Amino acid sequence: MSLTTPNAVLVLEDGSTYEGRAYGAEGTTFGEIVFATGMSGYQETLTDPSYAGQIVLMTAPHIGNTGMNDLDMESRRIWVSGYVVRDASRIVSNFRAERSLDNDLDHEGIVGIQGIDTRAVTRHIRSKGSMRAGIFSGAAADLSHEDQLKKVLEANQMAGQNLSAQVSTQEEYVVPAVGEKIGSVAILDLGVKTSTVNYIAERGFDAHVLPQTVTAEQILSMKPSALFFSNGPGDPAASDKHVELLRSVLKEGIPFFGICFGNQLLGRALGFTTYKLPFGHRGINQPVLDKATGRVEITSQNHGFAVDAPIDGVLESPAGFGRVEVSHYSLNDQVVEGLRCLDIDAFSVQYHPEAAAGPHDSNYLFDRFRDMVLASATTSGASL
Amino acid sequence: MPRRSDINSVLVIGSGPIVIGQACEFDYSGTQACRVLREEGIRVILVNSNPATIMTDPDFADATYVEPITPEVIESIIIKEKPDAILPTLGGQTALNAAIALHENGALERHGVELIGAKVEAIRKGEDRQIFKDLVIASGADVAKSYIAHTLEECLEAAKDLGYPLVVRPSFTMGGLGSGFAYNEEDLIRIAGDGIHSSPTSEVLLEESILGWKEYELELMRDTADNTVVVCSIENVDPVGVHTGDSITVAPALTLTDREYQNLRNIGIEIIRLVGVDTGGCNIQFAIDPKDGRVIVIEMNPRVSRSSALASKATGFPIAKIAAKLAIGYRLDEIPNDITKVTPASFEPTLDYVVVKVPRFAFEKFPAADATLTTTMKSVGEAMAIGRNYATALQKALRSLEKRGSSFHWGEETRTVEELLTISKIPTDGRIVTVQQALRKGATLEQVFEATKIDPWFIDQIVLINEVAAEVQAAPAMEPCVIRYAKDFGFSDAQIAQLRGLSEQEVRDLRYAHNIRPVFKTVDTCAGEFPALTPYHYSSYDLETEVMPSDRKKVVILGSGPNRIGQGVEFDYSCVHSSFALSDAGYETIMINCNPETVSTDYDTSDRLYFEPLTLEDVLEVIHAESASGELVGVVVQLGGQTALGLAKGLKAAGVPILGTTPEAIDLAEERGEFSRILEEANLLAPRNGTATDVEGAVKVAEEIGYPVLVRPSYVLGGRGMEIVFDTATLRDYFVRIDGQAIVGPDSPLLVDRFLDDAIEIDVDALFDGEQLYVGGVMEHIEEAGVHSGDSACTLPPISLGKKDVDRVREATLAIAQGIGVKGLLNVQFAIGAGVLYVLEANPRASRTVPFVSKALGIPLAKAASRIMVGESIRDLITEGLLPAQDGSVVPMDAPIAVKEAVLPFKRFRTLEGKVVDSLLGPEMRSTGEVMGMDVNFPIAFAKAQAGAYGGLPSSGTVFISVADRDKRNIILPALRFSQLGFKIVATEGTAEILQRNGIPARVIGKVSAHLGDDTIVELLNRDEVDIVINTPSGSAARADGYEIRASAIAADKPLFTNMAQVSAAVASIDTIREGFDVCSLQEYAIKRREALAKA
Repeated sequence: MSLTTPNAVLVLEDGSTYEGRAYGAEGTTFGEIVFATGMSGYQETLTDPSYAGQIVLMTAPHIGNTGMNDLDMESRRIWVSGYVVRDASRIVSNFRAERSLDNDLDHEGIVGIQGIDTRAVTRHIRSKGSMRAGIFSGAAADLSHEDQLKKVLEANQMAGQNLSAQVSTQEEYVVPAVGEKIGSVAILDLGVKTSTVNYIAERGFDAHVLPQTVTAEQILSMKPSALFFSNGPGDPAASDKHVELLRSVLKEGIPFFGICFGNQLLGRALGFTTYKLPFGHRGINQPVLDKATGRVEITSQNHGFAVDAPIDGVLESPAGFGRVEVSHYSLNDQVVEGLRCLDIDAFSVQYHPEAAAGPHDSNYLFDRFRDMVLASATTSGASL
Repeated sequence: MPRRSDINSVLVIGSGPIVIGQACEFDYSGTQACRVLREEGIRVILVNSNPATIMTDPDFADATYVEPITPEVIESIIIKEKPDAILPTLGGQTALNAAIALHENGALERHGVELIGAKVEAIRKGEDRQIFKDLVIASGADVAKSYIAHTLEECLEAAKDLGYPLVVRPSFTMGGLGSGFAYNEEDLIRIAGDGIHSSPTSEVLLEESILGWKEYELELMRDTADNTVVVCSIENVDPVGVHTGDSITVAPALTLTDREYQNLRNIGIEIIRLVGVDTGGCNIQFAIDPKDGRVIVIEMNPRVSRSSALASKATGFPIAKIAAKLAIGYRLDEIPNDITKVTPASFEPTLDYVVVKVPRFAFEKFPAADATLTTTMKSVGEAMAIGRNYATALQKALRSLEKRGSSFHWGEETRTVEELLTISKIPTDGRIVTVQQALRKGATLEQVFEATKIDPWFIDQIVLINEVAAEVQAAPAMEPCVIRYAKDFGFSDAQIAQLRGLSEQEVRDLRYAHNIRPVFKTVDTCAGEFPALTPYHYSSYDLETEVMPSDRKKVVILGSGPNRIGQGVEFDYSCVHSSFALSDAGYETIMINCNPETVSTDYDTSDRLYFEPLTLEDVLEVIHAESASGELVGVVVQLGGQTALGLAKGLKAAGVPILGTTPEAIDLAEERGEFSRILEEANLLAPRNGTATDVEGAVKVAEEIGYPVLVRPSYVLGGRGMEIVFDTATLRDYFVRIDGQAIVGPDSPLLVDRFLDDAIEIDVDALFDGEQLYVGGVMEHIEEAGVHSGDSACTLPPISLGKKDVDRVREATLAIAQGIGVKGLLNVQFAIGAGVLYVLEANPRASRTVPFVSKALGIPLAKAASRIMVGESIRDLITEGLLPAQDGSVVPMDAPIAVKEAVLPFKRFRTLEGKVVDSLLGPEMRSTGEVMGMDVNFPIAFAKAQAGAYGGLPSSGTVFISVADRDKRNIILPALRFSQLGFKIVATEGTAEILQRNGIPARVIGKVSAHLGDDTIVELLNRDEVDIVINTPSGSAARADGYEIRASAIAADKPLFTNMAQVSAAVASIDTIREGFDVCSLQEYAIKRREALAKA
């Protein structure tokens, strides 16, 4: 950034305006503005499909220092609809770097803004909640404030949006089991990350990644050892179809594991509701208590919605799936972070055991998933 | 699990005197621990020999023992106090070693005391190199590859695998003798050949070199439920090869991908588990090969460290406090985060700013020392700065050093790119500025990387700073956007002024005219995700400020900046006390400081904390922000040493009210002519003196006032160039030696004072409120005048001054306080020579001895001074009970004696040839810290001070004596006493002759340059056959030999006495050591003092 970098403006739907300079592609973009507090892993964040439709603000000031590489891609592309940083790196310094972030943003047409008081915006969102926003850079920066605000107000709201179709794979693909194969897992791609698929394959499962248009009949006909619902963008309340699909599969006694969006969908399938958090949890330092062990996990999180359920005691599934309990909750604000069914083989967490970016504290959940699948096969007598 | 119910009393071990590598960060951690434990209702017993610390203030523990940290003394305390547990993880290596010694000698078991914070087993695993190596490999990480070799063939074979350069370390040689880097086969044959020869086991260790790798540290905490968090990552800007304490460091790490960072995190967590730290924290250091990312674990410390203090300040996560809570049984998720109050401590702080720490060195004090930075730490302090980007944090940190030339500049640079690059290859103090100059003159990023191995990202940031400078310089006019642009990269008004050919004030006026002011952000551990309730601020030229309005009356206290020789923890003590006292008196206290090691920069200490450089610009901005949010009563400048005092004039000129002694009065004391007038009016004498601007003038003055003379250049800080000169030839030689340093000239005359040989030096700390004088204490120096007061041992009360002398001192202090117009603290140094009282100097500010006096006599000087500064009278403070009715000029006959002893860092500094630098004391201060010994009489108190400072005097063995002719008469009695006590005496020829004639048996021994075949003193020392060394220097001819002796004594860690006053004190003490020490807490002394006063 220098005195001659083109101007850019970030406009929030409540009229707040922050003047900075252009970053990435020049132009105009809209989305729900959210902040992410991770100090590392901007590449994983950018390529996480859960961020589709969102303008992501990084609270860490220096972004882009280590460039971009092929290995750390969490999906095939960058998904954020806009990117807000304070100090964009001028150079790339890392032995694995293949490209600069600046270059990738520009190449993928992601409009960004740099050089603004990101902390001021964060504090604003924290007190006012997530909201729609637009970035106007280059020529668009010169539009009048009224025109810019009008455009922001015309953009879509996040609540009520179903974004699964945007991010899901179009075709089924399979990542084969690593080592000895013990079964196969049907993964519903609602915005799945590469790491998740790899961790499942590493546990000895053929990972069948399915488009979100798949039907319950198609899944059942595959005779999978288990069903997995991934993370993904959008409002869980707008995903009735996937909730119905999950209920149909659960009724067949197929073990289930879900993360993030998958946790919200399990919650809905069990008969609970979901709600929108004021400004969400997006960071890699979120403490979660595992009620069973009393241990604290430092987790990677990225969610704007949550399951509405009491965190104490055993509950009855309103949808008739037996007893359920909240297995994990956030130590910061007591939000539900995990569900466990006591009468059927199903559990889910709201956070990201695959991390990327983030700590690997919760990676054991993939083992727990495998153990559940193996135990389920033993009791049901089914062959894997 | 909540707090353990079986622990009701805890003995906390402090870290003793401030030394290089173990400084006031342990006062910070220990103070936190004491506060936490007491809040939990636990009885806290503290042992720490360092009186300058805040933790040893009697308010912080139930029983405070300012006693030597030795296993024997601690055992006495255990027997007396019967603590349930000992907490040794907050007092550095000193406390950890003491705890291990108590475990090994069975004391812990004998008295049923549990070690908490870290188990013995865990401490061992962390510290034993081989066990730790195995552990690292078990954790899935790597260590530097190494081979043991006994022959050159084995060496060459090993080199095939290790590659060059490689490190050669001979086994079992003293002080790393014979170690070195082999860059090729020829080097290897030479160094390893010598090494095999010099090693008693004919063995060398060959190790893979990781020089130039990237270096990182992680701070971890773990509880009994195996919950582990990484509090902070720290990246060293200087690559492997420079001690982390001497490196510029940054938090968080800025050049790691998440994959690499999580790998370090995983390794760290696995290591803390395997080592078994489960009720505290640890620090782990890593090296990463920049070429392929290979990770090597360098070491771990199973305790709170300097880095953890830095990490606490950098993140707002109070590691020591949490460690203390974990030690008594809490789990991380049971401890609330202080800053948010609503979230738990079981999380990992996330930063939305950048923190940079820069070291502060004192090489100017040790001109003979090799200034190359190595893996042995040499810095004496550090400054930290917080900015919203790296460039700002770095620039703020550099100007926080308060050292000329420490900041980036764009003035004249005559060196060529090649010269600058060559200089940059060797890490030294100020290399970063050399790099900036090289880049500015056209060096490429690649060239600088090749020379320094500093990560290209950090080099590019300096390129960026140079580019911004160029844009500012080239801008057609100083538009607001140009100023803002420079400010966003941390440029000071002074730097902008240099670039634009303006004065600093002109830039400031321009900036104010455009209303360009910094805002203040909050350190909140969570990057804004939750509201922060703790006002811990830093400046930023950003949009939104977070300073909350307040309707209370405010007082700003200026801290003392980075620790340096002459200005250390003592000043932090005074600042912290001021904050507490003014807070108790109803004021809102606002601390400004930039030293991460201190208690003053704990966000718990003051109502508001600003982590900012102590420059006029930065301080004015804080005052501006605070004035906008409430009523500012004034600024306290007299407690933060010369740093704070130096800002007084500028603040006053900017219309800021100064509390206490006015800037004009401060000038009176500092300006020689004015001060002489005050003395004259009060009928007081100063040593005869004059000034000169060249050698002839100086000779004339010296001959007029008579030798010996004390010469010192004016306008030079820290006693630089200060010397005692005995004759004209030496004075002429002095001018030859300082030639080229440009410290004496027409504008900066040399001050020439008559030096008072054999005079007793006296220090007084006093309070004055404009009417009444209250003497804190009268201290008598052990060393005669001529040794810097900071390096001299002293006693309180004085042990050889008569009542008349003390009365004269009191009267003189009063006259000076009135003459200057003091309001607050005053320190005066006197000398009594041949019965005449001379005034040497007066400082209208807190002195280094304020905490010592406060503890020795139980008088809270800094607290009282703060109240006087806001307008209260001494009479009121006595009525209130803050000050005892009787001041410190009168001390009851049976009062205990307190001895302060200085601790010197000579061992750290080696000449280019690898020898320890000379250890003679002189008018230039070189000690880093101090201890206090307190007991019923002087000999025992002195013995305690020696034990606290140097581990103690031996009670039997061999004394080596070699004294100058002028001391020969005075050595007879001490030598006789040594002999009677059963010591063997060896002496150089001249000294031995005198001793034998006086009937004292002494074996003659050669000095260094003895006849072939005879033993020399240096050989005896190397063979560990001498236990005490007495060597007083004579004229310059004998100094060379003396130097060898002193250097060997220091290298061999033997008590060394270089003047007769010390010898007399030592010999009196040795008698007392044999019975062991009794221990007494400050609280017990206070009760006795009250009883004695009540009787009187």
